[in-house]
Amino acid sequence: MSKFEFPPSIKSRPVYGTLEARPGKAHLMIADAAGAEAILDIATPELMARSHIIYIPRGATHGEALRGLTPAQYYEGPSYAASVTRIQRVLQDAHMGLQVYLTGTEGLMGQAQNEAMQAGIPHTAIQTEHRGSVARRMQCVHCKGITEDVETDPFVCSHCGLNLFVRDHYSRRLAAYQGVCIDAEDPGNVPQAKGIYE
Amino acid sequence: MSGAEKIAVRVTEVTPLNELVTRFRFEPVAGGLLPTFSGGAHTVVEMADGDITRLNPYSLMSDPFDQSAYTISVRRDDAGRGGSLFMHEKVKVGDEMVISNPVNLFSLDLRAKKHLMIAGGIGITPFLAQIKQLDRAHGNWELHYSCRSEALGSYVDYLTSTHPNDVNVYYDDQDQAIDLETLLDGQPLGTHIYVCGPKGMINWVRGKAEALGWPREAVHYEEFLAPQPGKPFEVKLAVSNKVVQVGEHESLLEAIERAGVDAPYLCRGGACGMCETRVIDYAGNFIHRDHWLEDDEHASGEKIMPCVSRFEGKTLVLDR
Repeated sequence: MSKFEFPPSIKSRPVYGTLEARPGKAHLMIADAAGAEAILDIATPELMARSHIIYIPRGATHGEALRGLTPAQYYEGPSYAASVTRIQRVLQDAHMGLQVYLTGTEGLMGQAQNEAMQAGIPHTAIQTEHRGSVARRMQCVHCKGITEDVETDPFVCSHCGLNLFVRDHYSRRLAAYQGVCIDAEDPGNVPQAKGIYE
Repeated sequence: MSGAEKIAVRVTEVTPLNELVTRFRFEPVAGGLLPTFSGGAHTVVEMADGDITRLNPYSLMSDPFDQSAYTISVRRDDAGRGGSLFMHEKVKVGDEMVISNPVNLFSLDLRAKKHLMIAGGIGITPFLAQIKQLDRAHGNWELHYSCRSEALGSYVDYLTSTHPNDVNVYYDDQDQAIDLETLLDGQPLGTHIYVCGPKGMINWVRGKAEALGWPREAVHYEEFLAPQPGKPFEVKLAVSNKVVQVGEHESLLEAIERAGVDAPYLCRGGACGMCETRVIDYAGNFIHRDHWLEDDEHASGEKIMPCVSRFEGKTLVLDR
């Protein structure tokens, strides 16, 4: 599957790379949906012998292929929320030298990066590769509610119902982009919603 | 004027610690309080030695929150250019000197969950201040300190008596060495390494950490390079339109300053990058000694760090 090229933007917008196997005694790989393909791309028996894979399929069917890599540990979770306590526990027990690989949607990578940062890994040392949906995790700057998997701009805040403009301003702390009311001056004057990158 | 702001101080104590190391205490001439600093900071000490003014950086080792005085420890280097000998032989209690405001190129990363300090010889000095800072904040740290012998182990007694569980000392002459691989293996996530000592030790620690998968951002190091003597050479300063002779025992930066040109600097030890200077033309060989420029920049012949690097050849023209 070809990778989506995000258009160049402001400095705040995260930039993703391409996963590569790095030296280290332990490797933690966290992926959702099509992110599994990025792991399959770099998997070698040596790397897998030291890898812990946490996968959230979100309807994708890569689980069997990942399990077939016979990583040291494999966990499949029904959602990020269901998997996050496991991620936290793995990081809590981890040692320096752990390599973290995040791949899949921006929301998954951002939230898992946040956990790794809080555990003490500099964000610049965490590898990421975007795969699959280009939907965004958005925070409404007005009510602070998070709306997951936003695909259109503008969109309606799932918490307060305001019409929000999708910005490229990003918060690593919140793992979310900023959504700002688009019709504050002229309520009801909302442009036609279209895909974020259309 | 380049460099950090200056402070006039009086030497109030000169305390020999051992055969090689002497401690100096500076208090402000004007009275009042000195600026606070952060552990790992250094001050640049001006030494008026006859016709020569030397500016040497020394790590501050006193409590960063003690504003009454700064202390530094100077290791005598008999083969050096004379700065440390001047401090050891000429500086007496009551002398007035000029030092710079503290500058920190080796600060603690306070996001770290644990601070792992590795010191070699006189490289212990910045850690003395960092430990005082961390103790106040109840920080999690441990120190591994390698010295030549018990007789030359500056501050070993102080450290081991105040922090018996956190300080580990290794004596070369007793064939004790830091077991680095074992030390780095199994450190909790969020540990940062700080290393200060000879170049070989810094490279050893950085190399081992990289091989074990430590992030570059979690490995901090400081090595002050003293400018080394070398063959005299001539430099043309294009902007100031001056030709300056660089003497055997002075650095390029010192020669530029002697000619009355105000060149930027901060650390004077090849670390901070402040004095980076563009080369306009040259015919000869650079002797790069800094660890600021990348290898390809060293090879390019386009840049030089005049605080520690020299030149051998016919022509050197700098954009200064």
